[in-house]
Amino acid sequence: MTNGWTDVANADVVLVMGGNPAENHPVGFRFVMEARRKRKAKLVVVDPRFNRTAAVADSYTPMRSGTDIAFLGGIIHHALTNKLYHEEYVKLHTNAAFVVKEGFGFENGHFSGWDNTKGNYDRSSWQYETDASGYARIDPTLENPRCVFQLMKAHYARYTPEAVSNICGCTAEEFTKAADLICSSGKPDKTGTILYALGWTQHSHSVQLIHTAAMMQLLLGNIGRPGGGVNAQRGHANIQGSTDMGSWNNLPGYLKIPRANHATLDDYLKAYTPKPLRPNSLNYWGNTSKFMVSLLKAYYGRHASKENGFGYGNIPKAGETENYGWGHFFDNMQKGQLEGFISFGMNPVANGPNTPKMLDALSKLKWMVVVENFETETAAFWNARKLGEKFYPTYVEASNIQTEVLLLPAACFAEKDGAFVNSSRWLQWKKAALPPPGDAKVDQEIMARIFLKVRELYEKEGGTAPKPLLEMTWDYANPLSPSLEEVAREVNGRDVATNKQLNGFGELKDDGSTVCGNWIYSGSWTEAGNLMARRGQEDPTGLGLYPNWSWSWPANRRILYNRAGADSTGKGWDPQRTPLRWDGTRWIGDTPDYKADAKPEDMGAFIMLPEGVAKLFAADLVEGPFPEHYEPVESPVPNPLHPNVSHNPLAPIFHGPLDKLGEAKDYPYVAITYRLTEHFHYWTKHVASGSQLQTNFFVELPEALANEKGIKGGDLVRVRSARGMVEGPALVTKRIRPLRVAGKTVYQVGIPIHWGFVGRVRGPLVNNLTPSAYDPNAGTPEYKGFLVNVEKV
Amino acid sequence: MQTVAKLIDTTQCIGCKACEVACQEWNDQEFTLGTFNNSYQTMPDLAPNFWNLIKFNEAEQNGAQSWLMAKYQCMHCADAGCIKACPAPGAIIQRANGIVDFEHDACIGCGYCITGCPFDVPRLSSKTKKVYKCSLCSDRVAVGLEPACIKSCPTNCLSFGTRHDLKFLAEKRVSELKSDGFENAAIYDGPGVGGTNVLYVLKHGDKPEQYGLPKDPRIPWTVSLWKGPVKWLGNLVFFGGLFTALVHFLAIGPKEHKHED
Repeated sequence: MTNGWTDVANADVVLVMGGNPAENHPVGFRFVMEARRKRKAKLVVVDPRFNRTAAVADSYTPMRSGTDIAFLGGIIHHALTNKLYHEEYVKLHTNAAFVVKEGFGFENGHFSGWDNTKGNYDRSSWQYETDASGYARIDPTLENPRCVFQLMKAHYARYTPEAVSNICGCTAEEFTKAADLICSSGKPDKTGTILYALGWTQHSHSVQLIHTAAMMQLLLGNIGRPGGGVNAQRGHANIQGSTDMGSWNNLPGYLKIPRANHATLDDYLKAYTPKPLRPNSLNYWGNTSKFMVSLLKAYYGRHASKENGFGYGNIPKAGETENYGWGHFFDNMQKGQLEGFISFGMNPVANGPNTPKMLDALSKLKWMVVVENFETETAAFWNARKLGEKFYPTYVEASNIQTEVLLLPAACFAEKDGAFVNSSRWLQWKKAALPPPGDAKVDQEIMARIFLKVRELYEKEGGTAPKPLLEMTWDYANPLSPSLEEVAREVNGRDVATNKQLNGFGELKDDGSTVCGNWIYSGSWTEAGNLMARRGQEDPTGLGLYPNWSWSWPANRRILYNRAGADSTGKGWDPQRTPLRWDGTRWIGDTPDYKADAKPEDMGAFIMLPEGVAKLFAADLVEGPFPEHYEPVESPVPNPLHPNVSHNPLAPIFHGPLDKLGEAKDYPYVAITYRLTEHFHYWTKHVASGSQLQTNFFVELPEALANEKGIKGGDLVRVRSARGMVEGPALVTKRIRPLRVAGKTVYQVGIPIHWGFVGRVRGPLVNNLTPSAYDPNAGTPEYKGFLVNVEKV
Repeated sequence: MQTVAKLIDTTQCIGCKACEVACQEWNDQEFTLGTFNNSYQTMPDLAPNFWNLIKFNEAEQNGAQSWLMAKYQCMHCADAGCIKACPAPGAIIQRANGIVDFEHDACIGCGYCITGCPFDVPRLSSKTKKVYKCSLCSDRVAVGLEPACIKSCPTNCLSFGTRHDLKFLAEKRVSELKSDGFENAAIYDGPGVGGTNVLYVLKHGDKPEQYGLPKDPRIPWTVSLWKGPVKWLGNLVFFGGLFTALVHFLAIGPKEHKHED
């Protein structure tokens, strides 16, 4: 979240789209209710289903899954044509005035630079025009036809209410009504927030979709302001922490992964340290070397010296263009390229798209270690045929699987201490409530024991690349089970010479004199102690920022980009809700997202970006600098805007024997998968209360479709996609409305996840149906908006 | 002692069922498996081990879709039909704070209270042969805590306090809804049973049945008769009989047995 849960109570308009907080974040939803009670905020829901959030909303607009960019693009168009945007904010805090190079354009579904043979873009025409010193040229009047503002206006001119209606399936009137409510937050003294979740991230164009949301919020002047922002509701207690600490494509703190063409630390830093694009840009990523060297010092300690590039050579390098996202990883596994796999707190058989492919991939492994609280579908995958036969007849036979599976019992969340990083970016330290049962061990002990054993083998027997393990720092009091306090102190960072904890990332150096495991968490455990364990309830700003409650990354800042909450003189846009203001000598309010002693006119408000301002136009994403509506990979209609380039041209799609895609003539209905309040992912079907609250798998069908097919509520139905099928009772409802899309009636089918072939209550795995299609920037699978057929059994 | 009450603002209910779980956990009731009936509601009805149910009702208001969720449990009536119907002394009591509570040691399992309840709340257990329902967590309330359902509610849909305060809160909420254009918004407070200590705020107050609430709850006339005129008549017959016997005894003397041998 750019803001945070408690801040939602400051909003005048709450747009819930691509999320369903009443069902999936009911506790956070209290702040939506508070905004409605205290500020008379309007709750606007746009969703394929009339869900439990819609049940308490002020406005509900139906839409077809996978068409959110068209809807939001329509709002951008609506705001621009009706002058509902916050003009002064746009001029001051965005790149609207930046002039783009000649040659940039968009035609028939492709941006300029498309290479048909390579299947990707040459992005050189997406850059700004620069002057002699390398700075971007700007036109503060916004009149230059090649400035971002004019290009954006032209790009979204196609997104009229009628076009939106034709793509999304709501009526033009319904769209305009919702757009007016949303744009009412464009007034300087109003703010609107967006709450989204997997309904936005699980598409083959998801990152662009969130970019569209950011553009809309920038136009309405809602970024950096209380009650504003673009707020991702994270789905697990610590999934934000998992993202922050890095996955395959990020090192901790969103440092980029080194690739094969970055042979030395200098190559790496040269590639990933941006240069400022405006004279007044602070360009904070200019400090990349300090973050990276301090991280390398944390990894390799005394083995990291200036001479050896601080041990940079020890970090594994990804191939120059290699992608190790979910889709590629399991595709490689299916092709037999992986020998072993550790599934640590993860249930890929249930979670991953295209279950038949997941099972096939795991069966190609020699060994798999599953670390879990209980036997999951993944741990029992070898027995899927027998356990799952009732739900799906064609899983792999156990006799054809040679994979050796080891199940290690792990402590559950209540049996561990450490910090959860919530959606608000708060690192909240918790204590273990009780010890793990039986042989179950805490995660760090399991990891440490594996690490130390592998290192011992390398020491004894040697190997291809022993150094990364042999030089790894492991100075914990109990090496077999490091305490998380020690790890947290290391993550915060310390001064090597004095051994004192650092106060924050401002103290990091690139000469090897500081150690820091994750620069954005620096400041969480200082000499003053563990700030994550704080529970102070003071609220000095009255905005619900609670600066003494736990610790928020970065620098205990509660609202990101808060400098943009003030105008050019440093005065808040809304005097009632000012996150930060300049009193002539210093900034008052939240921790400034700005140089603390710099005057308002000294630099741009978006200090992390080379532009110094926020990007309406962003050449960073692979499929275009402006978001464009692309259909899901499986779609009931060709893209009404450009039928020849229907879906995202850069979406990774796989073509193995189990990666089939369906067409509308065989699979005419749009399917969406989602979670229910009553369950947490694939866990609570093992729990008594969850099993009572939602016992049976079911399929939600629009009443009109059910009538057409002669299906009544409770009748057993079979849902098929090109990949597989599920069976369950029909829940026939008017809450999913038939839509009118490109001249034809489109029905949507709702399928809750949560069931599987192990647990107290069982049912089919919904991912039997979902396609192996992904977002090109983030690698998220398209779990929403794929094609199925429905029949009565 | 002031009368306590629970306020259910249905406009803020998101049907999360947290109150259902909290109720079962606090009262140590066993979880069972749900059923499927074309609804998100998996528990079809209240049960001896399930005293708090959220009913899900899909409806349309002037052509607009709505999905009404309302919590359903003992209403703790001021004039409680169950007490009226109960023949076992002390089995059902109304505490000084208004809570209608069952004392299971005294319950004889006759089930008359079920007939007496205008809201169809008490449930007879075939195992224990006793009747069960929500106690408004009288054990928690007695030590200054709010009932478990209130504690678990994430949205402030549920409030607990004195009936006087909550009535005020409910009236405020209804006037807000009216100013937002919901002219039929109303408080549901069971006038037919002298008011209930569970109050509802309904957006569509003219149609309480859409929320699964009876439009005009009344204690069945048979029960009123049983504890009213019939009881009086019964007493008359009983004591009248005794009196007649006494008069007969005094006037005529004891019955004499004739020996016929």
